[in-house]
Amino acid sequence: MKVLVAVKRVIDYNVKVRVKPDNTGVDLTNVKMAMNPFCEIAVEEAVRLKEKGVATEIVVVSIGPKAAQEQIRTALALGADRGIHVETDEEIQSLAAAKLLKAVVDKEQPSLVILGKQSIDNDNNQTGQMLAALAGYPQGTFASEVSVDGDKVKVTREIDGGLMTVSLNLPAIVTTDLRLNEPRYASLPNIMKAKKKPLESTTPADLGVDVTPRLTTLKVEAPAQRQAGIKVADVAELVDKLKNEAKVI
Amino acid sequence: MSVLVIADHDNASIKGSTLNVVAAAKQMGGDIAVLVAGQGCSAAADAAAKIEGVAKVLLADNAAYAHHLAENLAALVVELAKDYTHVVSAAGTTGKDFLPRVAALLDVAQVSEIIAVQSADTFVRPIYAGNAIATVQSSDAIKVVTVRSTGFDPVAAEGGSAAVEAVGAAHDVGISSFVGEEIAKSDRPELTAASIVISGGRGMQNGDNFKMLEGIADKLGAAVGASRAAVDAGFVPNDMQVGQTGKIVAPQLYIAVGISGAIQHLAGMSDSKVIVAINKDEEAPIFQVADYGLVADLFVALPELEGKL
Repeated sequence: MKVLVAVKRVIDYNVKVRVKPDNTGVDLTNVKMAMNPFCEIAVEEAVRLKEKGVATEIVVVSIGPKAAQEQIRTALALGADRGIHVETDEEIQSLAAAKLLKAVVDKEQPSLVILGKQSIDNDNNQTGQMLAALAGYPQGTFASEVSVDGDKVKVTREIDGGLMTVSLNLPAIVTTDLRLNEPRYASLPNIMKAKKKPLESTTPADLGVDVTPRLTTLKVEAPAQRQAGIKVADVAELVDKLKNEAKVI
Repeated sequence: MSVLVIADHDNASIKGSTLNVVAAAKQMGGDIAVLVAGQGCSAAADAAAKIEGVAKVLLADNAAYAHHLAENLAALVVELAKDYTHVVSAAGTTGKDFLPRVAALLDVAQVSEIIAVQSADTFVRPIYAGNAIATVQSSDAIKVVTVRSTGFDPVAAEGGSAAVEAVGAAHDVGISSFVGEEIAKSDRPELTAASIVISGGRGMQNGDNFKMLEGIADKLGAAVGASRAAVDAGFVPNDMQVGQTGKIVAPQLYIAVGISGAIQHLAGMSDSKVIVAINKDEEAPIFQVADYGLVADLFVALPELEGKL
């Protein structure tokens, strides 16, 4: 079966985020970029499905500027077979991303699409669910376990109260949570091999998708900073402060 | 203008987060209707009718909605949404699951995890794990919004007397089914609703040691949480995780024990009123946000703390 994985280029999770002085957004100039951590988990899950003999082909897709091809190459080095780059320099919001991915799904007809549950830049947690809606597929969000069985996939989901398991008809959409797997690192020989794997390029216009943003960001500000308080000498002083100063116990 | 709030509930009662969502809905303007969808959930609908400021309760009681499967719930909400200017739910794992599906089917954007309402179409939300705060305006006819509970003071659970109206529509899309669930049972308050939270991190070393936190929690009436590191290490289950991708809490008192203070953890608790950090590493970043820091070995400090409470 064919598995489609969507990956996003985002600010590296180790980078300290700085808001631009003119409050129009976050400063991304000369900042290290990387594959969104939840997308790495999605790639890893697809590769494991292939290693188990469940998946036969892994197609990786990314939407974004030319540089997003770096993240596609990373996924190819981790074990994906070929890449699709939807090239655009426009701001792509979740609904537009879902529409672009729907167009790719129509063309590729995968049995399973795996995405990260959210990207660590906008923290929206929407694209997978929106893609599922547009494609008319069932969805297994926040997955911590995925097992394909015939024409169904069983997904264990991390929910507020604990865990919930659902069975979905294939084709289906899965979004990854943190504990689905621990992504591997790409080996040097695989990084070299990935350079030769096929990567096709397309655009939102080619796919016939209107990506006009629906949300306008009016301003972006730095959050109110918390000031460090005091150090207490011992437990007795701590309890005293909580009782008599903060009055919270 | 009118707002449709989709209630979080367990069939018998309405979850506290719904009261925060209604508070946000009030600021959006217009009449507020609350949808209670589930199976055998009329008690929850009756509870929803008593919430302050609610004009109408819609009760969709059907096997198709028993486990809040996103596919079925979204089909129901899409049908109802046409009569409203806003469709709103809590940003818990249920809302996060079905609401983007609703938005896509309505061909509108979703605004996720708002912490403030500026006007009927303009909302404030954290991005980059709370390292930036964005103000966004929606140009869509229907605003689909999830609400971060900690951003809004809850309305009163009592005082209203809305009519309960049954919704007949049964949408069983038939492409997904419920297999089972493991729900953690605890006598302690829910993490997101507790006024005191005590959380442990990697410094706890193993799951057994969390009993030291539980002892203190029971004396304080607190909930017990954990950092991502502690959950990843398998000390405790995922439902205890506080952070960017776990639960967002803002209690009166947050006690972080053996937690270094990674950005993604701070994103989940830095709105707490008073923060206490207990860590043996005095350079730990958690001390930069703590009102009271105690540099100490937690295995010495915790028993002493329990003894003094």
